[in-house]
Amino acid sequence: MTTTIPTALIAEDEHLLAQSLQAELARAWPALKVVATLGDGASAIRQALALQPDVLFFDIRMPGMSGLDAATELAEQWPTTGPGARPFPQLVFVTAYDQYAVQAFEAQAMDYLLKPVQTARLQKTIEKLQLALAKPAQAAIDFEATLGQLRGLLASPTASAAATPAPPLTVIQASVGTGIRMVPVADVLCFEAADKYVRVLTAEREYLIRTPLKELQEQIDTTVFWQIHRGTIVRALAIDAVTRDEAGKVTLTLRDLKEKFVVSRLYAHLFKAM
Amino acid sequence: MRYFWIDKLQSLLQTLAFCLGAAAIQYAFQPDRSYEIPLGYSLAIGGSTWALIDFGRHLVAPNSEHGWPVGIRAVLFPLVAICLGFVIGMTVADAWFGWSSWASSSLRSLMLSGLMSLMIGTVVTYYFHSKGKSAHLEQKVAEAKHLAAESRLKLLETQLEPHMLFNTLANLRVLIALDPQRAQDMLDRMVAYLRATLSASRASNHALSLEFDRLRDYLELMTVRMGPRLHYALDLPADLADQNVPALLLQPLVENSIKHGLEPKVDGGTITVRARRAANNMLSLEVTDTGVGFDTTGASSSGFGLAQVHERLAAAYENLGRVEQTSTPGQGATTLLYLPLSSPQKA
Repeated sequence: MTTTIPTALIAEDEHLLAQSLQAELARAWPALKVVATLGDGASAIRQALALQPDVLFFDIRMPGMSGLDAATELAEQWPTTGPGARPFPQLVFVTAYDQYAVQAFEAQAMDYLLKPVQTARLQKTIEKLQLALAKPAQAAIDFEATLGQLRGLLASPTASAAATPAPPLTVIQASVGTGIRMVPVADVLCFEAADKYVRVLTAEREYLIRTPLKELQEQIDTTVFWQIHRGTIVRALAIDAVTRDEAGKVTLTLRDLKEKFVVSRLYAHLFKAM
Repeated sequence: MRYFWIDKLQSLLQTLAFCLGAAAIQYAFQPDRSYEIPLGYSLAIGGSTWALIDFGRHLVAPNSEHGWPVGIRAVLFPLVAICLGFVIGMTVADAWFGWSSWASSSLRSLMLSGLMSLMIGTVVTYYFHSKGKSAHLEQKVAEAKHLAAESRLKLLETQLEPHMLFNTLANLRVLIALDPQRAQDMLDRMVAYLRATLSASRASNHALSLEFDRLRDYLELMTVRMGPRLHYALDLPADLADQNVPALLLQPLVENSIKHGLEPKVDGGTITVRARRAANNMLSLEVTDTGVGFDTTGASSSGFGLAQVHERLAAAYENLGRVEQTSTPGQGATTLLYLPLSSPQKA
């Protein structure tokens, strides 16, 4: 660590609760400086990149972008190499009640706080954070571990999916003009989220469908289709070449398609030479 | 399928037991004949009649819920099957004993056995018929009970949304130290909200002014949480204050507006609830928000809440009540309810 004063950022949309967490932290960890308090995910990412705090407290349910999505996006953009490189902040999620989120946190050994935040429970979290911050040499390993945890959290089933598991999809019904085209899933090379639609790419042509990517993902074989980015799922056997540039950015190309696809940091571990 | 055959085996065994009884009675009347004769005829007639009825009923009434034909067929089908069963059973038993009753017996004795088998057949068929029907009804009642319990639980869960409850408690905990007066006020509203939600008289009606009071409690609680992101306006004309409405009818709509409209929006917005007198002695209740809205072409986005409003309107006013929902993505959503005025004469 370059600075001696540990810093923290709080993302919480309910003003009183943010204020209270800050007050509790001031009591239990006087050395910690809260550098910013934000009310939504997008501004939290911006400020975290600008201020580069040591600890992040992210509420799960926030307007616009959830705490989990914000943390994932931040991990994507965090500078890990070059002159601006800093260890990725320690991450603590905060939630009022969400049994699926809590189950997922437990499964990923991710630290979390339940609202209302209890002083004794906060104390435990602080001790863990202090221990982690005292070992800056581990930063690279920690970042890999955090990426793994985020991956696990994103893959954990949502409430609706857990309630009614969808049957596997064999054909995509895409509207073309006034008609419907039946596109066999076996022909699909790639699904890519684009605005309100999902692009379905085959070797011949492209279709647009309205079904969200997250929903599609629950209905296709994830050993055949790999997620390589928050918004991209590709057929693993169709992957042609994977390249990594100097900045560490990974891209790949698919057979029969000219387009290049960006591989997110979260899924870069899939592509390592044997 | 397995249950189908177990069920059939059970009815066959019961039929055979009835046949043994019938043969014993016949033997008692004619003890000079060998017991084998009434036994053979009884088993043959009973067995073939059972097969015709128990399998035939699925062919005659394939879609019947309890597996038996209804209406005039309920009478005709067993009658035809019993007569047919009698002829087949007689022929089979004749073949067994090696003689022909049709040729050798008197018309009187043939008619007597036919009448007897018709009587026994009717009694046994009636027994199976009512047994099947009552088993079906029992199953229906159990299913209905299960459904009712499930929907009650689901209703309570949506009203006492745990996420809302714990977040409100977290805010309360902060306010106790920061602003005890405001904490007390928030607690009072929470008590009123919980009491109304948990109240056993959920099915009953109350005055529109009370309905608006409960909405105010809920919206005040949400204002403490969301701060400047939530604005609300409640508009109830004084002459409509006494109108009778189903208790907490509008609650799920306001909750939907917050949950699906304003909470996802970074800048928040405004919720307006308005009561108006509409044409044809109707009362219109409108819930409007300036939230993110939803795509009306897609699947219903507000799910259970709206379905519940539909159900309660239908239960209270049959087809006189109606719900209209409109939305523009990015601009908000509006839900309009129309229900009959409870005192239309009052100007």
